[in-house]
Amino acid sequence: MTVTIDSKKENPSVETVLSIRDLSVALPKGADRALAVENVSYDVNRGEIMCVVGESGSGKSMAANTVMGLLPKGVRPVQGEVNFLGQDVITLTEKQHRALRGLKIGMIFQEPMTALNPLMRVGAQIAEVFEAHGQLTPKQRQERALELLIEVGIPQPEKAISAYPFELSGGQRQRVMIAMALALEPVLLIADEPTTALDVTTQAQILELIRDLKRRRGMAVMFITHDFGVVAEIANRVCVMRHGKIVEIGEAKEVLENPQNAYTKALIAAIPSNAVPPHRETSQVAPLLEIKQLNKVFRSRGGWFKPAREVRALDDISLTLARGETMGIVGESGSGKSTLGRCVVRLEHPDSGELLLDGVNLSQLKGDALRRERHRVQMIFQDPYASLNPRTRVGMAIAQGPMANGTPKDVALKQAGELLDLVGLGASAVERFPHEFSGGQRQRIGIARALALNPELIVADEAVSALDVSIQAQVLELLEELKQRLSLSLLFITHDLRVAAQICDRIVVMQHGRIVEQGSAEQIFLQPKEAYTQSLLDAIPGRQAPVAATA
Amino acid sequence: MSFFARFAQNRGALIGLIILLLIIVMAILAPLLFPESPWRMVQRPFLPPLSQDGYLLGTDTMGRNVAAGLMHGAWVSLLIGLVSTSVALLIGVPLGAIAGYYGGLIDDVLMRFTEFFQTIPNFALAIVLVAIMQPSITSIVLAIALVSWPPVARLVRAEFMSLRHREYVEAARLVGQTNSTIILRQILPNTLSPIIVLASLMVATAILLESALSFLGLGDPNVMSWGYMIGAARTVIRQAWWLSFFPGVAILLTVLALNLVGEGLDDALNPKLSRER
Repeated sequence: MTVTIDSKKENPSVETVLSIRDLSVALPKGADRALAVENVSYDVNRGEIMCVVGESGSGKSMAANTVMGLLPKGVRPVQGEVNFLGQDVITLTEKQHRALRGLKIGMIFQEPMTALNPLMRVGAQIAEVFEAHGQLTPKQRQERALELLIEVGIPQPEKAISAYPFELSGGQRQRVMIAMALALEPVLLIADEPTTALDVTTQAQILELIRDLKRRRGMAVMFITHDFGVVAEIANRVCVMRHGKIVEIGEAKEVLENPQNAYTKALIAAIPSNAVPPHRETSQVAPLLEIKQLNKVFRSRGGWFKPAREVRALDDISLTLARGETMGIVGESGSGKSTLGRCVVRLEHPDSGELLLDGVNLSQLKGDALRRERHRVQMIFQDPYASLNPRTRVGMAIAQGPMANGTPKDVALKQAGELLDLVGLGASAVERFPHEFSGGQRQRIGIARALALNPELIVADEAVSALDVSIQAQVLELLEELKQRLSLSLLFITHDLRVAAQICDRIVVMQHGRIVEQGSAEQIFLQPKEAYTQSLLDAIPGRQAPVAATA
Repeated sequence: MSFFARFAQNRGALIGLIILLLIIVMAILAPLLFPESPWRMVQRPFLPPLSQDGYLLGTDTMGRNVAAGLMHGAWVSLLIGLVSTSVALLIGVPLGAIAGYYGGLIDDVLMRFTEFFQTIPNFALAIVLVAIMQPSITSIVLAIALVSWPPVARLVRAEFMSLRHREYVEAARLVGQTNSTIILRQILPNTLSPIIVLASLMVATAILLESALSFLGLGDPNVMSWGYMIGAARTVIRQAWWLSFFPGVAILLTVLALNLVGEGLDDALNPKLSRER
């Protein structure tokens, strides 16, 4: 592998803003490894986007946190230097660091929901950045805040400046975060997974904005992500990290088209393929699930001076799902796709309409009658950390379902062991607690729990979106295999069209609680009829860019 | 690893348990070491500690033996603290759990009921209750329990409200578990930590509340308690410091021990902590 660390030698006109040399950062004793990052060296140049890619636990954010002086307690650099504009930042005191943050280095975080103060108006929060560094008069600060909001492309900036964060959407909040990061015209912008929490279309807009700002201001950008699709969209250079070490570094185009390292190849191959989903035979058997004109409206109680608010989460939804079929429900947040899934498993009570499962209407059942039918439809949840009771042993968590339906405890526990075997964890997992497992393993436990009741239909709500790409691929594979073996039907809810393309026979696209389009996966990808579907497809990161090794 | 081994890993908890056991032993041994009633006047009043053989901790305003009072009082104070806390938990936990889990109208009704108790000042209500029921150990325990359950209900309700929408609770609903199973098996175990901490503090408050009642003459006239001793010594605190000092230290140690034990229990019950250590 030819590692070109020093791009200066090749191109003398490039100005290096940040140069990291042989950096090692130690983790506190008792962590799963001694060094968070080991002998890491790379440069970030002016006018260039450097993407640091890796899965969770790869140490990709550590170098950025070292630069910002934001390392968690007990974690400290032990070797190497971090040179920012000719100054070694490791040796700086907290006070010197604070002067650097915001002024010379701006940072954007992953969660736009929590990164803003909920009780402060947007304009005041941006003005606070100037205040912290003692710049400008209060009046000038407000003016600058407005200019910045215009620059980051917020709709109606005059209104947005006096809005509270909760009045803005996720994408708009991320724009505010970017405005704050840019306020003092930093030389370096560090973006730590800035689009991970956003919808595809919003993600595409934010990526466009960052690219545009880089060009206009000539900033250096350090972009941390786990998604090779995003890398393909935005990166000039890429640095792939694994277990705290750099496995590959180079020009984005080279790495993507011609990866040298086996791990990079595997990561790129694990991106849900951009290729069109293969043609699948849709079986023409009697439908298992028929949804007829399902409606659900969420109402917020109004006050004396405030009218009640209504959100039509499901607006006249009708669809059918055949036995053994996988149907993808795709849409952005707020499209009602999760509400649909929750209505099908009856965690929500639909207002009207029918939910026919094999001819039995589930939509209006209540109390014990509902409880007796519950075993027929099961769900795999999104968050592998929240979906298992931290105080219940794994075997028990799985056995609880059959036990609630009358199976004796010892039989249920034995079945739990077999199920854990089936999902590839081994029967010995029965005795352990959830926190002893990784995210991917927990998701397997969740799948085993859903299978324990021999359901006819499984609803998977964003079941893989919290997982790393390589783990995602494994879990999808497992689902596909189980589906074949147990002839299950699957309702697969996702915001990620790439994932849907991998596993779904048919796809339903939802927006604002309505079905926009439905058809076979092939049809949706090749001949989308609706403009909205087309815009979703266009927003998939890395779709136009050349990505190798996906075949 | 056995439950006790996990508990013993927390050194503070072990110390707390030892202190608590010592206090219990003290209470049991009291009738053997001091067979006479602690109310009997045995020496001249205001005898300082260590000034005379047989009166290690001195005598009080009426010439009663402080050491005897301390040991006999241990029993009553512990009893009042533990029993009234248990009763308060028995009222507060189910009410809070039901209100928090079901929400809606049930929640409204139960919480208005709780607020009805909360709006009356604790101590005033306790005085009234004891006065109506005649001062006795039972009436004091009951009165203390009745004034101290609302915070428990509020705490448990808040915990239930935040936990009932967790995905694992929804998963339990989906597999067809009944509401009572979900409340007892899924949610309640996860609310234990704050309940244990609150309960150990409530024992302390109960002991203090009893002392305040005794001070007003509403204590059980037949039994000696630490609270009564402190109450009686308040007026002479500058002349005879030992009268309030020793029972005060006893209360402090008991409360500290209970807190340490509570923390140890919490750690031992938490699967995550017990395996990491």
